[in-house]
Amino acid sequence: MSGTFVGMPAFPEASSRAVDDAQLRYNLRKATHTIRARRAAVVGEQPDWAELRAAGAAIKDRTLRHLDVYLERLESAVTAAGGHVHWAEDAAEANRIIVDLVKATGETEVVKVKSMATQEIELNSALAAAGIRAYETDLAELIVQLGDDLPSHILVPAIHRNRAEIREIFTGRMAAWGRPAPENLEDDPRALAEAARLHLRERFLSAKVGISGANFAVAETGTLVVLESEGNGRMCLTLPETLISVVGIEKIVPTWRDLEVFMQLLPRSSTGERMNPYTSTWTGATEGQDFHLVLVDNGRTSVLADRVGRQALRCIRCSACLNVCPVYERAGGHAYGSVYPGPIGAILTPQLHGIAGPLEESLPYASTLCGACYEVCPVAIDIPEVLLDLRAKVVTKGHRGERLAMGAARRVLDNPKWLAMAQRSAGRLRRWAPRRLPGPLSAWSDTREVPVPPRESFRDWWVRRPNQEGDR
Amino acid sequence: MRVALFVTCVNDTLFPGTGRATVRLLERLGCTVEFPLEQTCCGQMHFNTGYRDDARPLARRFTAVFDGYDAVVVPSGSCAAMVREWYPSLGVEPPAGVYELSEFLVDVLKVTDVGAYFPHTVTYHPTCHSLRSLKVGSRPFDLLSQVRGLTLVPLGGADECCGFGGTFSLKNSAVSAAMCADKVRGVLDTGAEVLCAADNSCLMHIGGSLARQRTGVRVVHLAEILASTEEDPA
Amino acid sequence: MSSRDRILARVRSALADVPRTERPEDVEVPRDYDRTRSGPDVVELLVDRLVDYKAVVHEATDVAAAVADALRGRAARRVAAPVGIPAEWFGDAEAIRDDPALSAADLDALDGVVTGCAVAIAETGTIVLDGGDDQGRRALTLIPDYHLCVVRRDQIVRTVPEALERLDPSRPQTWISGPSATSDIELNRVEGVHGPRTLEVLIVRAVS
Repeated sequence: MSGTFVGMPAFPEASSRAVDDAQLRYNLRKATHTIRARRAAVVGEQPDWAELRAAGAAIKDRTLRHLDVYLERLESAVTAAGGHVHWAEDAAEANRIIVDLVKATGETEVVKVKSMATQEIELNSALAAAGIRAYETDLAELIVQLGDDLPSHILVPAIHRNRAEIREIFTGRMAAWGRPAPENLEDDPRALAEAARLHLRERFLSAKVGISGANFAVAETGTLVVLESEGNGRMCLTLPETLISVVGIEKIVPTWRDLEVFMQLLPRSSTGERMNPYTSTWTGATEGQDFHLVLVDNGRTSVLADRVGRQALRCIRCSACLNVCPVYERAGGHAYGSVYPGPIGAILTPQLHGIAGPLEESLPYASTLCGACYEVCPVAIDIPEVLLDLRAKVVTKGHRGERLAMGAARRVLDNPKWLAMAQRSAGRLRRWAPRRLPGPLSAWSDTREVPVPPRESFRDWWVRRPNQEGDR
Repeated sequence: MRVALFVTCVNDTLFPGTGRATVRLLERLGCTVEFPLEQTCCGQMHFNTGYRDDARPLARRFTAVFDGYDAVVVPSGSCAAMVREWYPSLGVEPPAGVYELSEFLVDVLKVTDVGAYFPHTVTYHPTCHSLRSLKVGSRPFDLLSQVRGLTLVPLGGADECCGFGGTFSLKNSAVSAAMCADKVRGVLDTGAEVLCAADNSCLMHIGGSLARQRTGVRVVHLAEILASTEEDPA
Repeated sequence: MSSRDRILARVRSALADVPRTERPEDVEVPRDYDRTRSGPDVVELLVDRLVDYKAVVHEATDVAAAVADALRGRAARRVAAPVGIPAEWFGDAEAIRDDPALSAADLDALDGVVTGCAVAIAETGTIVLDGGDDQGRRALTLIPDYHLCVVRRDQIVRTVPEALERLDPSRPQTWISGPSATSDIELNRVEGVHGPRTLEVLIVRAVS
């Protein structure tokens, strides 16, 4: 990833540009609807899904409530198995540790498995600044890297690109990064996958340093787990002499047995498969490899401190919430201004960064609270609950005009007599009800008719209704 | 049974016909309906926008006004969900027996045939809070399928949000309008004359767009269809 | 104070609401999900799932003959052979032993690899390798483009929880569910990327 998300505009502005991009809308709709159906099918055939979901949430809650215990347990298990454990408080420290580890090998190139943690800390830029070239090997990450683009989805960072665009990127850009695309490359997905295979083959076979994230880290045994599809993960995890795994501190599960839950929840929620093609598990230094685990905080302890928001750390990065979100489908991933788009990003980004600026203030409002995300979340993160809690925090920071309007509305609504008076005035003025509304309300009347107030409110009708008395 | 109607501020102010229809329907089914005049608003708009200190007095008012009834009937899925699901997070214990209209009819009165007549082709939008917070499930369909003369046609992508979301429609108007446009397309694809839902906020949103595009499709609240008879059609 | 100590201190202060007396086991984990299930015969189920992933599947009784046949069918002449796979399985093909260790380039020049497995999961169509003598180190099943895997009936379990029980986390594992694939282009699954593009599975009902 060569771009960064710094200085992204607030969500409404960025998403409204995305809404106007017909190609993007088409690509996103097609992709999200495809995977939605696949997920629904494989979740539907699992008779104990609700029980697995409850267990997954509880295992993560147990981990988070005793994270200090499990972090120390993980550290000693990895160390006992011959691995080296490093701790990074923030992105800068994590990048420093990784750059130093790579430099110590004397290498200037690394191969990477798709990893949210390394995207989050913007590792590739840090490596580049140190003269180290990082090669992304996941197909979608490769598309993003070659296209000098930004990721827009957790599972499929190039979800915003269709096959024709991918063909263009491969044809135009592969040569600058290594083996050029085959002559007369077609936009058939099979041909595109084959082009990626050829482009990266030599790179894998000669790589000396691999960098990965992890889906799970088992505290009890020190085992790391990476789920993937293409085999690029296996290549990066297996062949290099040195392996550096960058893992957020919330990725822990307590025991090996706990994986029996997550290895059912994650693939079905994520790619909509009964099982992803490849999963690698390893414990410490394996098959003669030099192994380093970099544990990253980078804001996670702030999330942990929030009793409502803490549940966001259960997230196993499946992206089911993105795929089902009607806002994500129209806004696209870039509008969320971070590597974590969609509903989970809308709660994670403001918590990881703090409610620091217009983007973070706007993200909790990037939802209609329709609840589709909560319904599909395999670890039952109540995203609407966290969004609402964050909104309550946002409104304490300025927003004077809205606060005044809300206060005035409350004073009317908290007084039946004033409410009735307001209703009667609206009824009297109904003939002058405007088709176009002023100020921020114009956003409504640009595309929708404005309801005309009735002559008589319900309560006035009730009071004048024969033989009826409003009681109390 | 003491049944109170919480009409909701939106229906009270903008859609009184829904309130009148709810009264007519419940009385036809033998209920004695009370309308406590001290009622106002459940506080959803304030709560959902983040103004909890403004929402709390409204929640307290609701709880005080509706305490002691056997049932409180709400012709709005999202207001019923606000009360039942979110009042506790404001530190307000909601009164027992708050029902969305279709829940009250099917679960409490145990009727699905309410004696309605509505000779039109209708499609039903289940609305997010009825669907996912209250989980009303098939209740509205069970009710509509018993209405004489009514032809119910399935809505494609029914469980997708219409894009209203209260202040979302103003704060994120571009995405809101895009979602609404897809919902409108779904409605038009059914060929129905009438779009029905159990929440006038969603209907105001979709209906505002249907009207702007001069589609001729009417939006009608579930209560109005169920209250409709040959003598007194909606 | 090291970063380690600072992070642990921040974790502890973030968890101020957790009672000091609470132990991790006190957070209850409901395990009402299925450990196993009834259903179709596990062999049939495994075959069905593997075929769904576009793997090639056969059932066999004479393993040696079936392996030799499969290799001949693929025209695989030089084939990687973990130490635990008997030479007589290879028929006309040449078994290339990983001793001394083959380089990545050596492996890339081979026509395939023959292995056993540790466990197979019927419901998910998954074969788990754990580096046992009949499987070898991980690169053996990664670089050659054709992987022929022999699964014994007694190695097949129905569910994921049953598989975890049989596996030793201290061994490096590779869980394989079909040939390598990607869904990165418009979220449509395409088989055949960096890992072996052909996965062929021989299921042996009785040990021969």
